[in-house]
Amino acid sequence: MTLLLVAVLVLPLLGALLTAALPARADRTARAVGTGFAALTLLAALPMAAGDRTWTAYTPDTPAVRPWHQLDLPWVPGLDLRFHLGVDGISYPLVVLTALLTLLCCGYTLWRVPDGGPGRLLVALLLVVEVGLLGTFLALDLVLFLVFFEVVLLPMYAVIAGWGGTDRRRAARKFALYTLLGSVLLLVGVFTVVTTAGTADLVTLTGGTGLSRGTQLAAFTLLALAFAVKSPLWPLHSWLPDAHTQAPTVGSVVLAGVLLKMGTYGLIRVAVGVAPEGARWAAPVLGVLAVAAILVGSLVCLAQDELKRLIAYSSVGHMGFVLLGVATLTATGLQAALIGNIAHGVITGLLFFLAGAVKDRTGTGLLAELSGLRETAPRLAGLLAFAAVASLGLPGLAGFWGEAFAVVAAVQVGGPFWTTLAVLAAVGGALTAAYLLRLLRRVTHGRPGPAVAPLTAALARTELAAWAPLVLLALVIGLAPGLVLGMAGDPVQALIERVAP
Amino acid sequence: MSVVQSIDHLALLPAYVAAGTAVLVLLTDLALARRGATMAVAGAGAAATVLVALLAGRETRSTFCVADGCSYLAGGRSALVAVVFGLLTLGVLALSAPALRAGPTPTGEYCFLLACSMTGGVVLGAAGDLITLIVALETLTLPLYVLVGLRRGSLASAEAAVTFFVVSVVATSVTLLGAALLYATTGTLHLDRLGPALTGDLPAPETASVAVPLHQPLTSAAVVLLVLGLAFKVAAVPLHAWAPTTYDGAPVPVAAYLSTASKFGGVVALLAVVQGPLPATRTGPVLAVLAVVTMTVGNLVALRQQRMVRLLAWSSVAQAGYILAPLGVLALTAGRTGAVRDTAVAAALAYAVLFVVLELAAFAAVVALRPVGADGGTIADHRGAGRRHPLVGAALVLALVGLAGLPPGLAGLFAKVVVVRALLDGGAGWLALVVAVNAVIGLAYYLRLAATLYTPALTPTPEPAPAPAGRGFSLPWPVAAAVTLTTLAALVLGFAPQLLLDATRW
Repeated sequence: MTLLLVAVLVLPLLGALLTAALPARADRTARAVGTGFAALTLLAALPMAAGDRTWTAYTPDTPAVRPWHQLDLPWVPGLDLRFHLGVDGISYPLVVLTALLTLLCCGYTLWRVPDGGPGRLLVALLLVVEVGLLGTFLALDLVLFLVFFEVVLLPMYAVIAGWGGTDRRRAARKFALYTLLGSVLLLVGVFTVVTTAGTADLVTLTGGTGLSRGTQLAAFTLLALAFAVKSPLWPLHSWLPDAHTQAPTVGSVVLAGVLLKMGTYGLIRVAVGVAPEGARWAAPVLGVLAVAAILVGSLVCLAQDELKRLIAYSSVGHMGFVLLGVATLTATGLQAALIGNIAHGVITGLLFFLAGAVKDRTGTGLLAELSGLRETAPRLAGLLAFAAVASLGLPGLAGFWGEAFAVVAAVQVGGPFWTTLAVLAAVGGALTAAYLLRLLRRVTHGRPGPAVAPLTAALARTELAAWAPLVLLALVIGLAPGLVLGMAGDPVQALIERVAP
Repeated sequence: MSVVQSIDHLALLPAYVAAGTAVLVLLTDLALARRGATMAVAGAGAAATVLVALLAGRETRSTFCVADGCSYLAGGRSALVAVVFGLLTLGVLALSAPALRAGPTPTGEYCFLLACSMTGGVVLGAAGDLITLIVALETLTLPLYVLVGLRRGSLASAEAAVTFFVVSVVATSVTLLGAALLYATTGTLHLDRLGPALTGDLPAPETASVAVPLHQPLTSAAVVLLVLGLAFKVAAVPLHAWAPTTYDGAPVPVAAYLSTASKFGGVVALLAVVQGPLPATRTGPVLAVLAVVTMTVGNLVALRQQRMVRLLAWSSVAQAGYILAPLGVLALTAGRTGAVRDTAVAAALAYAVLFVVLELAAFAAVVALRPVGADGGTIADHRGAGRRHPLVGAALVLALVGLAGLPPGLAGLFAKVVVVRALLDGGAGWLALVVAVNAVIGLAYYLRLAATLYTPALTPTPEPAPAPAGRGFSLPWPVAAAVTLTTLAALVLGFAPQLLLDATRW
């Protein structure tokens, strides 16, 4: 089982090297090879949930992080860096989501390669991004976490700068510099913790043992800022709309689907876990910012005229709900954050796929020019409607649980402050519904414009293959949230015991 | 005191080999006058220096000892320094090979000067007193005045040589003045003895000083002069202005040597005086200010550079700031305790070594991308170079990304990690934040450069037509080997930084 932990990192890396090394004339073969390795990675990720998990059940004297499987090897003792990987109920859903979305994106490039460069390099970069993402979710060593966190940055920059839209250079640079700012803050934050505690082991560090209040406040501030850039939390979000608008479809899917989750996952596992006292101290600020993100995101969306930009800004709002859940520091709130993370990854991934398909066909993303899509491309319009409805949090679909329970958690905390936040977040939820319905009205109703009129109803088989798993997941998670919540229950409970005694 | 000193020749062996290489190169050039033979001797000599230094570095030896202390201390630290200098010389020699074969540059003199410079570097690591240190540093620098001016018929090259010469001579005299003033206050020059002599911890007051020298104003002046003189060599702001002009005027391989070996020499000298002898209360604030100003100014000015070598020059100014940064902890009381101080010095050295490897890799790739004997050109000249030469382009990108401190340039990431860790260990969190913010500014120009390599050329003129080298592009094997080996070294150090961290804990 520990072999699987290594396999999910080595397989995509091998795939990336092999794909990039194949000659230009074998471009299609190379893309197929890359997709094959992405599939193998998913196959290696899935069985991680198997095996004996009984010891991970909660008892008071066990550590707060109890991985199902782990691997611990020394790497650079001089920097407190150990190659310590592990998977538990908090990270497992994200690992599977990452592997799945990467596979879907690689498969999608078999059918369509965006302009800008050879497709095999795009696939190779996506696989390197996958290595970084999986490593981030699996790392149980703070320094290793940092290393993987940084691995993602440049390949994603290259994906946007190489295969993006007309203004890709500027958007990519903005993305790289903004997120590097987050990374370097993480670097300082991590070593603030490591030099004080003398260890970088997340299992030991979780619960804030051995750190003084001052250190915890400083560390939490740095770490939370770092993750807030990545998530992104208002007002540090301004890189996101540009990056999404310019990125190629597969880039947007990975970016929204899993890359943003590094921020929220890091906030839960690292920032809250390592500096709980700092988390309690900063929770009100975090809550206010999260609600501001929800409201600002929704209001900006109401005024957006461009499809991808609208979906990008909707991410700001959705991640606001996730952060609100984290800020409550309750079991309900953290559970809401985790399932919100997964739901957002599935639904927004799907939305970006659909937006990309619309943009590829019509050559425009302007809502004003897309009216009447339902007349000429009913299936595409139908799927878009499904994804939008899932995104606005209709009960029974995946988006509902995260947003509803974030609000519930805020109410449960009680007091005028958190109740106000809950009410405002609920208003934000209503606004979310408003802008998504506006999107649907603009796109699906009215007469077909010149851009939409020549479309045909047909969808490519690859497209259906790439979208079907996401549609299914949105339904399954919506109907049976226990799939995610069940395995996250114990670790979240254990974390809460340490964080909010 | 015995008048006849016993000399431990084994301790001096690396220095002998290095100096012997220089002499042998000169003789080969006289006797055979064959370019290939001269270069082979120089290369073999540099390689032998590396080997001997590795073998001799296993034990600690000292020689040229008087009652006061020893002037030559061979050990792990001197071995590391000698190995780095030997490898750098070897690398620069390989990079110079095509230009030497094609151009009017006299091969014998070129190789001789390079070997002389290497000798200075090898001795530098073992220097046990201030005079040996300064003489070694001068031996390292002196040949470079000529090497910089070796691009015949280039006004820029002559200008660069004069600039470098004037500035460097001033720096040396400032350093010497500092050393002389220190001798005046303490009566000793040995690095081991200076520290206790300054604080008045000497067991027997052999010197004529009446008060504790540390509190005399003359001491402060001496310390500041010494540190500033050495800061010239590492091109720390505000003593950096010579670097961009000199680098850009020099032949590209010599610029590579200047920004790696010469800078590394300055760092080693600075660490030697900062770690033990000089009082941290005086050096700490100076170094902290130097570090902050150097990295900030270097990065900000680099943002606007249009010429390749100038951009690398300004970036190496900024990198000097990162190298000095860990020493900034000496400004704090908490940073002056033994363990923290040693960590800071080890961190500075580790960063310097990683930087030198990445910088040499970057210069090697630039040499490989440019026509034989050409200067670095403008950044626009490199448009699309990464598409035409994918492997060299990838090597350059890896080096640049490493200098920016990001994966896949893991060596660069660990270099930043080492520095930030040392700073936080010493409680200098603010300095760590300055380093962090500077890393972000730095990425802006490294990214611009890396992206340019993959931008299609603007002009519709087909690239192979103006440059015949583009057709059937083949790298001279020494350059190809240099690019491959430096990139490999960067990768190895990226995955196993512990090797280096162990070596820097002298």
